Amino acid sequence: MLEAIGVDGIEDLFEEIPDDLRCGDLESIPPAMSELEVSQLMGERARQDGQPACFIGAGAYDHHIPAAVWQIATRGEFYSAYTPYQAEASQGTLQLLYEYQSMMTALTGMEVSNASMYDGASALAEAILMAVRANRKSKSRRILIPRALHPSYRRVAGNIVKNQDIELVELPFDPEGGHTDISALEPYNGEDIAALVIPQPNFFGVLEDVDALTGWGHRNKVLTIAVVNPLAMSVLSPPGEWGGEGVDICCGEGQPLGAPLSSGGPYFGFLCCRQAIVRQMPGRIIGRTLDQDGNRGFALTLQAREQHIRRSKATSNICTNQGLMVTTATIHLALLGAEGLERTAAACHANTKSLVEQLSIIPGVSPRFNRPVFHERLISLPMEAEAALRALAAHNILGGLDISRDYPELGSAILTCATEKRTPGEIGDFVDKLSRVISLQGGTPCQLQPKES
Amino acid sequence: MMLLIQEQSKPGRRAVAQAPLRKADTSDIPEQFRRRRPAALPEVSELQVVRHYTRLSQRNFSIDTEFYPLGSCTMKYNPRGANEHAMLPGFLARHPEAPESHSQGFMACLFDLQEMLKELTGMQAVSLSPAAGAQGEFAGVAMIRAYHDERGDTGRTEILVPDAAHGTNPASAVMCGYKTREIPTGSNGDVDVEALKTVVGPHTAGIMLTNPSTLGVFDRGILEIAGLVHEAGGLLYYDGANLNAILGKARPGDMGFDVIHMNLHKTFSTPHGGGGPGSGPVGVSERLIPYLPVPMVTRDGDDYSWLTETECPRSIGRLSAFAGNAGVILRAYSYARMLGREGMSRVAEYSTLNANYMLKMLQEAGFEAAYPQRRATHEFIITLRTQARERGVNTMDFAKRLLDYGFHAPTTYFPLLVPECLLIEPTETEDKGTLDAFIQAMRTVQGEVAEDPELVKGAPHTLPVKRLDDVRAARELDLAWNALAED
Repeated sequence: MLEAIGVDGIEDLFEEIPDDLRCGDLESIPPAMSELEVSQLMGERARQDGQPACFIGAGAYDHHIPAAVWQIATRGEFYSAYTPYQAEASQGTLQLLYEYQSMMTALTGMEVSNASMYDGASALAEAILMAVRANRKSKSRRILIPRALHPSYRRVAGNIVKNQDIELVELPFDPEGGHTDISALEPYNGEDIAALVIPQPNFFGVLEDVDALTGWGHRNKVLTIAVVNPLAMSVLSPPGEWGGEGVDICCGEGQPLGAPLSSGGPYFGFLCCRQAIVRQMPGRIIGRTLDQDGNRGFALTLQAREQHIRRSKATSNICTNQGLMVTTATIHLALLGAEGLERTAAACHANTKSLVEQLSIIPGVSPRFNRPVFHERLISLPMEAEAALRALAAHNILGGLDISRDYPELGSAILTCATEKRTPGEIGDFVDKLSRVISLQGGTPCQLQPKES
Repeated sequence: MMLLIQEQSKPGRRAVAQAPLRKADTSDIPEQFRRRRPAALPEVSELQVVRHYTRLSQRNFSIDTEFYPLGSCTMKYNPRGANEHAMLPGFLARHPEAPESHSQGFMACLFDLQEMLKELTGMQAVSLSPAAGAQGEFAGVAMIRAYHDERGDTGRTEILVPDAAHGTNPASAVMCGYKTREIPTGSNGDVDVEALKTVVGPHTAGIMLTNPSTLGVFDRGILEIAGLVHEAGGLLYYDGANLNAILGKARPGDMGFDVIHMNLHKTFSTPHGGGGPGSGPVGVSERLIPYLPVPMVTRDGDDYSWLTETECPRSIGRLSAFAGNAGVILRAYSYARMLGREGMSRVAEYSTLNANYMLKMLQEAGFEAAYPQRRATHEFIITLRTQARERGVNTMDFAKRLLDYGFHAPTTYFPLLVPECLLIEPTETEDKGTLDAFIQAMRTVQGEVAEDPELVKGAPHTLPVKRLDDVRAARELDLAWNALAED
């Protein structure tokens, strides 16, 4: 090959790189390992982290994934395929994505879905940018965001939109119910607001009065953005029906649909909207069309919104979707169907309810909010949450998430959830160990006193 | 035509074993919150699902089945071992909020990869958290902005972008509130330094460059460009899309770049998965370290701990809810360990060798190189403008005909400044036999263009569908299946 090129050696091919830019031997990079050696190294590290009984949810949930999901998704034809720009050579991926879009619109009750975003939090950031573009009646760039929305989602949205002069205004939650009461919106009646974000359930697992909140948005010409758990949509009313007319944009974290916990990713964000504003939607969208012979086929469409065509005028800089994760979600949804999803959701909900009832027998332990929840709950503890969780972790139980850093006003409390995978034995063990941890603590009042509300 | 999974649905059919066998009680959820009608999801058996998606997969090209000479996309083999390693039960089951006591093994992998990427790129610190290349670009430009803002240097409103840049570059700059200004390319393929001199100045926040550029050449003027931009107070951004070409040979940090992103799904062989997930770690020079996106991993002795907003208060923050695409990062780590020190420079060597061989053979076959006077890097451009002008067969037709011969088309019509172009990147994982077969297919199609142009214009002929009507797709929007609309 060198001879064909007409050079003496491979180094000659790098002759255009100036000599003073050539690097040395990269001594701190370790030498090569065989596949077996890497298996041993990474196997050891994976085992080191154990497989504790996980009662943490907070945006990522430990659900059963049918064996077929990943066995099919990791077929080379899906796993190692490129973005389907060459439609005729990508009908497998394209049809699957069209099926996915159809499943997500069915689940959320929305008219259209894109082919996915990075994750739930970044999907919300894009939904906000989209709402600002789409709300032509509003000159404002103010967005109302409940404090009861996942703290990381609020941070990510803020970090992504902050350089575009968009203002995120926090709505307080009701201290007893943990929900965003409609009264929190009163100060904004008649104000120029671009969009209102409505989570369901919210970060605390609490159900929001979605119809009232959406109705407020409609009356005040404020676009509404739903942030929902897709599994919950098998039980809870879909955003497309909220407040009668439904929301304008709906997004959320797709992880409960076939993605393993995997330290936080890869997951996928879903993003749906009314068809009237689809041209403001970021990300890939697949459309059904015909080929030269009049046969049905699928292709990327509305590409004039995207960065590879519009460059600086694109709706977003996004250049990927989470294709493989959408592949798993589509297979997962096909296997479970509406009935299977509802059974899974119900099992999680009932497991969490059982966990909370048993935990509440422990003196000083009680649910923090009195409103209905879905499959997750905030629990007040009579000791410092961090210390309780650390003690539980020593028993290989991850009891929940300490929320004191994000919500100091709520005192010592953990957000906890028992998915359908947690067995009665694991739940009993959690209750037993927490009870012992608290009694060892000697019933000392917690260090963090709730603020007077 | 294959039916949609929705079209195979029959009321009441289920894959029974895939969900709890009994429906638990949810009656404590009040009626007002409840869904009234079940979602119209498919009702199918497990076998139907398995057969349907297996058959759909067979309607795809993929690296495992076909050669993908896609310029600027680095479609190299994705090692199966890396997938298995990332999917070890301990990694899959780890909750993103698991305490550090139950995360040391995972964090050790992240820390090791951060260190390896630092050394490979010559940067001073690395954050793995951006979820894809474009999010890495966003993070990079956001750091440039945070740096200027913190110094009160708010008059810098422009990011300079060469005309050959990826579309994500200007789009990312705009998302960070900047205006973009395009810099022309000289006739030799390098950035036009004289043109740069006329626009760089007190309004310049930074410049975004890919080197080697998307024209498939190494920009020899890079040190002069870096000097000019730095002198004017701007910073340099490196788009790592073409890092494969210089791995182990040259480092962006040594070229004067202040911030770079890498595409783990290109240079580090993680799968493209039909469009994602990617992973876009960022590396920075000394002055941008405080702004790196979180979370990152740090080490003290044998203990690993997280760096978050608390430890890094000047950070541009987090860009996804958790730690980015962790599973992709683990695949890249596995790949990097298997490759090792020696393997890194072999990547650049063999990908460059393959590209230059193909270029030479295609030139001998009569194809026109866009930059014949230059040495190709890991990719190169040929232009089909003569065929287009003389035979009315454009690059898209040519590309579609290659599909009939079992080769994925090269990147077409990019970069925008070369007319009727194919951007070809063979990667280092293909053998000479495959390259020769592709070259032969290019010759064959070239012959067809001369003898039977209509055959090429009507391509593809052997795939599951013929040429699709994109105009119809955009005009008569049909974005979701609807049972009612079908009747």
